[in-house]
Amino acid sequence: MADDQLIIGHRNSEWNGLGPILEEDIAFCSMAQDKIGQSLAFYSILHEMGESDPDTVAFTRNSPQFHNCQLVELPIGEYDFSLVRHFLFDTAEYLRFNALAKSKFEPIADVSAKIKGEIQYHIMHANTWIKQLGTATDESIERMQKAINVAFPYALGIFEESKYEGDLIDDKIFIGEHLLREQWIHEIDKVIASTDLVLPDLAAEEAHLGGRYGEHTEHLQPLLTEMSEVFTVDPSAEW
Amino acid sequence: MVITKNDIFSWLEEVKDPEIPVLSLVDLGVIRKVELDDSKVIVTMTPTFSGCPAIDMMKDDIIDTLKKYGIDDCKVNVTFKDHWNSDMISEKGRKAIKKFGIAPPPQNELVIDLDILENVNCPHCDSDNTEMKTPFGPTLCRSIHYCHGCRQGFEQFKPLQ
Repeated sequence: MADDQLIIGHRNSEWNGLGPILEEDIAFCSMAQDKIGQSLAFYSILHEMGESDPDTVAFTRNSPQFHNCQLVELPIGEYDFSLVRHFLFDTAEYLRFNALAKSKFEPIADVSAKIKGEIQYHIMHANTWIKQLGTATDESIERMQKAINVAFPYALGIFEESKYEGDLIDDKIFIGEHLLREQWIHEIDKVIASTDLVLPDLAAEEAHLGGRYGEHTEHLQPLLTEMSEVFTVDPSAEW
Repeated sequence: MVITKNDIFSWLEEVKDPEIPVLSLVDLGVIRKVELDDSKVIVTMTPTFSGCPAIDMMKDDIIDTLKKYGIDDCKVNVTFKDHWNSDMISEKGRKAIKKFGIAPPPQNELVIDLDILENVNCPHCDSDNTEMKTPFGPTLCRSIHYCHGCRQGFEQFKPLQ
């Protein structure tokens, strides 16, 4: 979860100065800031459990050591793609943190209860644009549909199970990826159904898996290299 | 002189939100706990937004302010327990925010949707004939609005659950 937040946060921040309109520039930057703050909250929990400090964990690993899903590492592409990824990913996040707010593992429950309120704003933003561009002109509908078709198999990879899935469910730490995926399909379907867009056929789609186990696309390492540039030059630098 | 928790709270009134310098951290509702142990003070606070970059500045300001009152051993912890929501801003704090030119968040709103972000009361002219331009703003805790009454843009301190 922390890696997902960190990587999507950095991708979102790439719209800084490039957003199609000022408000959208601010929106993506604000969401980027939220996500990176949220990743810090999770890395801090790990730190309290004995892991290295958050900066070391964030800046000194290479691609095979990251556990984010592949969806978040893909380049920002055109604005249609970034909006669609934002919609698919944030809906899943909201549901995940909503479930984790009731986790038996208290530190996770406390952080999740906090950040689901923040993500509410992200979903509100995503839904507004999906509804707007999913019903506007032939071109907007076609571009959004194309972006959905590209992003969807990667989005299914959000729900890749970890080795500890059974234990997490048994110990009531997490409801499990399967249940979460069902809630997600239900939620995104509600929004998509109010537009001229269609969801790809679930039976025919194959999820892009591997991200949770360190298998990534060629896009992640260049992002990590860029992200850690200052840290690599001078690990004691403050900015 | 024996220092009490009330003393600490009244001194913390001097510590302001770096982004809204008329609003104290006490009125903002982010101070969770003050613990006193001999001459050692532990202040526990919670962030408004988890990505708020002002947290470190607030921690330093708390330490500096208490030092002024002779407390040399002060620690500030950040917690997510009993997390902040916008209803925790005090009545005094809401007035200060409005006077500063920012609309205070609507109160007792459990469901945050587009409707409650529209028609925010304008902090300049009190008109409700306003519209939201974007739920994101110059800081994580603000949204941007426009007032058709006085034809001015304004910001709102966002409601957060």
